Amino acid sequence: MIYDVSIWAIVIFLLFVAAVLGLSFYFGAKTKSAAGYYAAGGNIHWGVNGVAFAGDYLSAASFLGISGMIAYAGYDGFIYSIGYLAGWVVALFLVAEPLKRLGKYTFTDALDARFNSRAIKLTAAISTLIVSIFYLIPQMVGAGDLVVPLLGLPHWAGVLIVGAIVIYIVATAGMTSTTFVQFIKGALLITFATILTGYILNNGFSLKPTEDYHQFTEIPASLHEGQVVAIDSEQFALKGQVKKGDDIFVVLTDGAYDTWFRLAAKHTEQPILTEALSITLTAAGERLYNGAPKAEERFFQVGHMSKIVYKGEEVEETGPLGPFEFLSVLEDSEVVIFKRTLFDYEGDRVTVFYQEPTPGTAVLKPGLLLKVGADASLWDKVNFLSLMLALFFGTSALPHILIRYYTVPSQRAARKSTIVAIAAIGFFYILTLYLGLGSMVGGVNDLESSNMSSPLLAKSFGVGIFSIISAIAFATVLGTVSGLIVASSGAIAHDFVDKYLKVPMTDMQKVRAGKLAAFGVGIFAIVLGILFKGMNVSFLVGLAFAVAASANLPSILAVIFWEKTTSRGIAASIITGILSSVIIILLSPSMFERYGLLPSQAPIPFDNPGIISIPLSFAVVIVVSLVTQKKN
Amino acid sequence: MLHEPAVELGVDYASKKKTRLGLILFFVYAAIYAVFVIIGLSYTHLMGVKVIAGLNLAVVYGMGLIILAIVMGYIYSLICTHMEDKMEKEAKQ
Repeated sequence: MIYDVSIWAIVIFLLFVAAVLGLSFYFGAKTKSAAGYYAAGGNIHWGVNGVAFAGDYLSAASFLGISGMIAYAGYDGFIYSIGYLAGWVVALFLVAEPLKRLGKYTFTDALDARFNSRAIKLTAAISTLIVSIFYLIPQMVGAGDLVVPLLGLPHWAGVLIVGAIVIYIVATAGMTSTTFVQFIKGALLITFATILTGYILNNGFSLKPTEDYHQFTEIPASLHEGQVVAIDSEQFALKGQVKKGDDIFVVLTDGAYDTWFRLAAKHTEQPILTEALSITLTAAGERLYNGAPKAEERFFQVGHMSKIVYKGEEVEETGPLGPFEFLSVLEDSEVVIFKRTLFDYEGDRVTVFYQEPTPGTAVLKPGLLLKVGADASLWDKVNFLSLMLALFFGTSALPHILIRYYTVPSQRAARKSTIVAIAAIGFFYILTLYLGLGSMVGGVNDLESSNMSSPLLAKSFGVGIFSIISAIAFATVLGTVSGLIVASSGAIAHDFVDKYLKVPMTDMQKVRAGKLAAFGVGIFAIVLGILFKGMNVSFLVGLAFAVAASANLPSILAVIFWEKTTSRGIAASIITGILSSVIIILLSPSMFERYGLLPSQAPIPFDNPGIISIPLSFAVVIVVSLVTQKKN
Repeated sequence: MLHEPAVELGVDYASKKKTRLGLILFFVYAAIYAVFVIIGLSYTHLMGVKVIAGLNLAVVYGMGLIILAIVMGYIYSLICTHMEDKMEKEAKQ
């Protein structure tokens, strides 16, 4: 899509990003001495520290991805919120305290505490690198999406800007993610999400979500033997049609442009064609939006209701609603969901987004995106179970989350901080339901990317709140990406080259190796961020959780709870977890679509690997540990 | 990044009891989460049943899981702190 760019939005955005970055550098410089950092760490209130945890955890992916997914698929997006938060319970009850009692401060140190094994150092470094990269992809995709409506730049430019800034920061000064900066980011994110939710509730529902909302065309059609043979329109002429499953998609022309329609009511006396949106990749390689090049701006934002039932009556609008009332009115009403389908037509590859009026009851329960219930196939059910498993076990296996737990002064303060974090994150995740549903019916969704629903909704409320929310999300991306690149380069330069290969290096050479590694990972992240454009970032984070849970969690739990665990068992489990999860992801339907192939051609019929890779990794740590008992 | 321990930890007398408590609470929460997953997977129609204040089971259960995590975390913290104080006192005596 092409958006109107506001100078004020850019000015507020730049000021806000500069302020957050400035604070980061200021506190980073102040805390470069270990003593200063320790003193600050020891004195920081557990409440502040708890919100900082939340700031660390609520990456742009949480904010952009989940609310975006809810905006397109209703409750199925909220399932991610539930799963992400449930994961904190695993971290708090099972992992954090025992790991802290091992007296070690990083995930690798803790795994290696009993063994001092080179194999563990190597595999843990590989795991840190792979998980960080999987986590980097959604951050970069989110960054790219953010700049499109804000600065009017293409997606790749956003990815490049973030990549370049972060590489510069990491390779020159280094960026310290201090408790105080994370506190500010976390608090701002939650505050502005609350304000945005206030706007949504205050506006209530309306059949006409925005003043300039697109009026969708409906055209009566005549059918013969399942084919559209004539239409009742002075504006359009019938050009062609495609049958896909039970659906018929019809392309009409007004002389200048082609527009796709879907045969919506084919079993009634009067069949109706309803207007759809389309993106066509022509045989010549040109990309057309609703039949025209992007610059002609024929693609538009969508999201509306087809029926509003308020206090038992059908109404045009509701006025302000309470938080529970908002959900119950939506449940009684009808929302138009835009479904996506892909087919080939006369050598062109056509993606059509068609209207599907959906009862609110279906929007507010699982099933629009994740196939469940009686209609679901075995593989659909496996996919759902796998996702729920990965979300539940993923949080406690993310190295950068575990590390945060160790920065507080006592176990008591750590627990209190964690509970504040769970409360803050939980509150935010409940808000994502309102942000997502508000976007779903707010006429703001960009069908090219599900990640921008919340910022675009904010834009419909005003330039100020839009630019502030975009700036917070952008600054969060910068912070998260910096942290991940530092962790990745550390895994390569420190864990692998220095500790595992034992390459003799001076301090200067070590620093240079770290910077080179950061540069390499940064470039790699930019490329991946561009390649994965258009994918929902929360879906991508879900995959990162699956890889982390498969590679790390079985080893962590084995070290904590099973005395017979051996170093070989741990190393084998980590490698098995990484390989099995990454291979399943690469052969999954979503990735096949990314390769430009049809999802149905994928050899693995589900997207999320957790249900296979997590138990497999558990089995390997047990079997290999038992087999290698004597050798230890 | 300067993610380091703020202070060294002292002797933790209550560690075994805390681990056991953590395991119990984990299994309680995991069971409630599993029921949610099973209903979502195989009894999806139940998710649409209105339960309270015009809200359906999916919304109430989902928000309930989030709130339960906060409540259980708080209870865990309270009991752990109590155990630490009590056992530290006993050890000193």
